[in-house]
Order: sequence, then structure tokens, then C-alpha cells
Amino acid sequence: MNFSSKLIENAVTEISRLPGIGKKTALRLTLHLLKQKAPVTSALTEALIKLRNEIRYCAICHNVADKEVCSICESTKRDKSLICVVEDLPDVLALENTNQYSGLYHVLGGVISPIQGIGPDEINIASLMQRILHPPSGTPVEEVILALPATMEGDTTSFFITRKLKDHGVGVSTIARGIPVGSELEYTDEITLGRSILSRIKYSAE
Amino acid sequence: MHLKNLELIQFKNYPKVQVEFSEEVNCFFGENGAGKTNLLDAIHYLCLTRSALLPLDSYHVMHGKEFFTIKGDFESHQQPLSVNCVFESSKKKRISLNGKPYQRLSEHIGLLPLVLIAPDDTLMINGGSEERRKFFDGMISQTDSHYLQLLIRYQHYLKQRNALLKRFAEEKRTDKAQLLPYDTQLVSLSQAIFEKRAAFLTEFFPYFADHYRAISGEKESVSISHESQVRKDNFSQSFAQSLERDVLLKRTHFGIHKDDYLFRLDKHPLKKFGSQGQKKSFLISLKLAQFFIFKMIKGTKPLLLLDDIFDKLDDRRIFHLMDRVARKEFGQLFITDARPERSKEILRNIQADTRYFTIKNNRILADESN
Ligand SMILES: Nc1ncnc2c1ncn2[C@@H]1O[C@H](COP(=O)(O)OP(=O)(O)OP(=O)(O)O)[C@@H](O)[C@H]1O
Ligand SMILES: [Mg+2]
Ligand SMILES: [Zn+2]
Repeated sequence: MNFSSKLIENAVTEISRLPGIGKKTALRLTLHLLKQKAPVTSALTEALIKLRNEIRYCAICHNVADKEVCSICESTKRDKSLICVVEDLPDVLALENTNQYSGLYHVLGGVISPIQGIGPDEINIASLMQRILHPPSGTPVEEVILALPATMEGDTTSFFITRKLKDHGVGVSTIARGIPVGSELEYTDEITLGRSILSRIKYSAE
Repeated sequence: MHLKNLELIQFKNYPKVQVEFSEEVNCFFGENGAGKTNLLDAIHYLCLTRSALLPLDSYHVMHGKEFFTIKGDFESHQQPLSVNCVFESSKKKRISLNGKPYQRLSEHIGLLPLVLIAPDDTLMINGGSEERRKFFDGMISQTDSHYLQLLIRYQHYLKQRNALLKRFAEEKRTDKAQLLPYDTQLVSLSQAIFEKRAAFLTEFFPYFADHYRAISGEKESVSISHESQVRKDNFSQSFAQSLERDVLLKRTHFGIHKDDYLFRLDKHPLKKFGSQGQKKSFLISLKLAQFFIFKMIKGTKPLLLLDDIFDKLDDRRIFHLMDRVARKEFGQLFITDARPERSKEILRNIQADTRYFTIKNNRILADESN
């Protein structure tokens, strides 16, 4: 693309670095921002700068936080005997949006994959062990829920963590994997279907 | 099952071609280098998602172009199946069935069974164990989709474990806890894959022996034995014990990636003691057994591609094949030959809907005599 202004070109280049945004969309967004009143764009840039400078990661669970400890870890309403282990930040948001979970989280920041040079030391496993052995809230951890991706790397990481927890008297569970609500059996892939039949649950007609 | 037509765009030497096939016998003539094998390879792509010749998709894009497309309409059990395969440089290959793209290409394998008999098949006898594993794995995958998934997982875990071994070697330390997830998976997958391989061979062997007997005239006895470390009773222990060596050499030494199939003639290894003719008979029998076991399991006749075989086989073996063509034991056939007179002579007495094509200047022309 050829821009008559170097300033526009810079803005387009930067915006198009975002995932899912190509040069065309970036140009549309740039022109849109130009049309707005000055406070609108400065609010955006300020939010971004503040985000960058002030964002912190929770010292306990590695979730995003405004302070040393995140609002979830701090809340008195959460069940502190439960820790749900996830790969990354979006997973916390997704689970929070279900409104079905009231325990704590632990964000690993990745899964084990030697091909990519990621071992247990490169992700937040040591701090998980630490908070289980010495709970910061004083409430002992009773159950660790593994909510890692249903990939070979996710499984490897779950296996590794389960082994590490083996002799510490904590229950370990993993989220159920199965057929999406509203889908037909015959269109479900074999692996998912296979897993669902193996980990079937008791049916209650109460 | 049969392929009704094929369209190629920028696939190897073909800028753009369209062909309509006969449901029975299709013969392609053309000088050396005309593109006969390339045409068969395109059919191989449609059925098995990849080339039979070179694994890298980018090699199949016409020189100087950015993408290739292969399209074909099949009919199987009276159902129309349109397959579209597109590869664009630096992008993932996409395959769709009746307009619906596959999430996992491996899901397509097995839907359209295919058997290819080609000149470089001799590698299967004279080459290393991976050639024989490739043949048997390909066959089992086409008949059992679960097997393919096991194999994909096995290979992935093996890669991860080897990467970890390399890291341990570099860091001069070994952490067994990190190896354990892979060891556990590899041992249990090895066992599962081993069992499927062994069961398949039991089913496969009688087909093979029948064809060999028919081709060779019952002169020698043949055997195929599946050699595997898994056969040892203490497999998981041996796996664990080889850790030191694994770390030292940064590779996993135990598991089904070391399996081999030993071909024997009257108890002697075919590779060392077989004559040229015996090896050819062995190969053709392996391929025919593949055809007939697919037919039995799938309930449909696979496509049969015969690349340049009249050049490589003697009359006796050609007769054995053509006798089966004449008796309509095969389904749709694709035959290539650089010498039209030879093929026409061989096919002359066979009652079948036969279509001849000539490949020249990167175009495929149906003969007027059709
Ligand atoms: N990516 C590519 N782009 C253009 N041409 C290609 C490409 N790959 C291979 N070719 C050409 O395809 C031709 C080889 O075709 P093929 O192997 O199908 O020949 P053939 O008719 O089977 O010959 P033979 O009778 O010797 O077996 C060569 O001329 C080669 O240059
Ligand atoms: Mg050829
Ligand atoms: Zn927290």
C-alpha cells in the first residue's frame, strides 16, 4: 500500500501487527481514529500506556492484577480450597464468564513442550507447588482442577503436575471433555466421542 | 468406487488440464518426462492427502507459481464425493470434501482407498526398515482410522522425548520426572500399535501367500515376520533401562519406530538371497494382497494405479495381473506406459471399457480411437 503520509503509514504498520488485523483493516481503523475528536484518541493511547506500565501479574496465581495480588485471590467469597490450573489468561476469563466456578486459579503461562524449549521450569509449576504446600490464605488446598488444553502437550503437563502432587494429599481432577451442547453424535470427531464414552458420567433422572 | 474426472491447476508440469475417465481401464501414454507419473500422483493426493513421491507439498507447485489445485469427482457406494485439494506456498494445505473443509487431514484417509504399483517399490525389499513400516502403516491407516491417530500421537511424543533428551545432553543433567509422561505414553502406545500391526499381518498374510503361489507357480514358500522389541516380555523395563544410552545418543532406542517386517523365501532373507524375479513376484503379491484386503474391509474396490509396470515385469507376471483385469476382479485402473503399442497389445483381448490418453506438451488428450 502506498500512503501519502508517513504518519498514516506508521499508524497502519503498528495496528496491523495486532493478531487478526491486516493492512486493510488497519487503514480503516486509522482513518476512523483520525475522524474522532482528540480526547477519544488520547483516551485510547493513555489506556494502552497505563496498561503497559501499570499492569501486574498476581504474585499468587499469575493472573492479571492491579495490585500485588489479584481480585480473585483477594476475594473472601472464593473457595480457597480449590485451585483450577489453566494455560493462559484468556482461560481464566472464559471460566469466569461461565459463573459456575468460585474457587481460585493458577495460570501456568504455557504448557510443557521440549520441541519449543518449554520445560516445567519455564512455566509456573514451582509456584503452584509452593502455594499448595504453603497456602498463602492458610486454607489448605483440597482439590486441584486441571483445565489444560486437550492437546498432547496439555496432557503431558497434566500428567507431570499430577505426578508432582501425588504424595501431597491433594485431590486432582480434570475438566470433562466431550460433545459440545447442541451437537449431533455422528458429527463429533472420533477422539472426542471416544473420550466421552470412556469418561461417561452417571445419569440422573431425578 | 471410481474417479469420474480430474482437474489440475499448476500441479507440477500441468498449467491447467481436465480429464474425464473411464470407470474401468484408463491408459496414459507419453514420452519419458511427459508427466504420466505426475498425473497418478495427483490422484494419490486426492485419495491420501499427499504425494506418493515427495513429501513436501511445495515441490508439487509448478515452477515459478504460487499454488496448485487438484479437484476430482468420485463416486463411492452411489454417493458423489467431490474432493478439492489446494496448496498455497507458505500456507497450510487445505482439503475439502463436498465443499466442507477438513479440520484434520488425517480424517480423509481411508475414505478413498488406493493401491499404487510403481517402479521404485523395490525399495520396500532392498531399503531400510522404514520403507516396510511405511507400507504396512499406510495400509493399516487406510483400514483403521484409530490406528492412524495412535501413530500420529506416537510420533509426536517421540519427537518431544527426543527434544528433551537433547536438552538433557546439553545441560548435562537428566530429570526422570520430565521423561515420565513421554515414557508412559510411548510404552502404552507402542503396545497398542504393536497389537494392531500383529493382528493386521495375520489377516494380510493369507492374501499375500495366495498371490505369491499363483504368480510363482508354487515353487518356494514365503513368510513375513513382524519383528518388534515389544514382543519381549519385559518391554517397559527394557525401555526404562535404555535411558542412559538414550541420553548419550539423544535418541529413543526402544519402541515401535524400530519394528521391521522380515521377508523370507524358504526361510532365507529375501533381501539377501532372492533373485530379481522372486523379488518382483514378492512385491506384486504384496500389492495385490493390499488391493484385496482393502476390497474385503472397505466393501469397495480401491483405485489401482499401475505406473510403468509393463516395462518392469515379465510376461508371466503381466499375465497374472491381466488375467485378474479380464476377470473384472479390479475396479477402476490407471495404467501408464511410454510405449503405446505394448499396452494396446496387452489390453487388446480384454473386454473392458478402455480409454487411451496421450500426454504431450503438458496436456492430456483422449485418443480418437476411444
Ligand atoms: N514442480 C514442477 N513444476 C514443473 N514441472 C515439474 C515439476 N515437478 C516435476 N516437473 C516435470 O515433470 C516431468 C516429470 O514427469 P513424470 O515423472 O510424470 O514423467 P513420466 O511421464 O512419468 O516419465 P517416465 O516415463 O520417465 O516415468 C519432468 O519433465 C519435470 O521437469
Ligand atoms: Mg513415470
Ligand atoms: Zn491471583
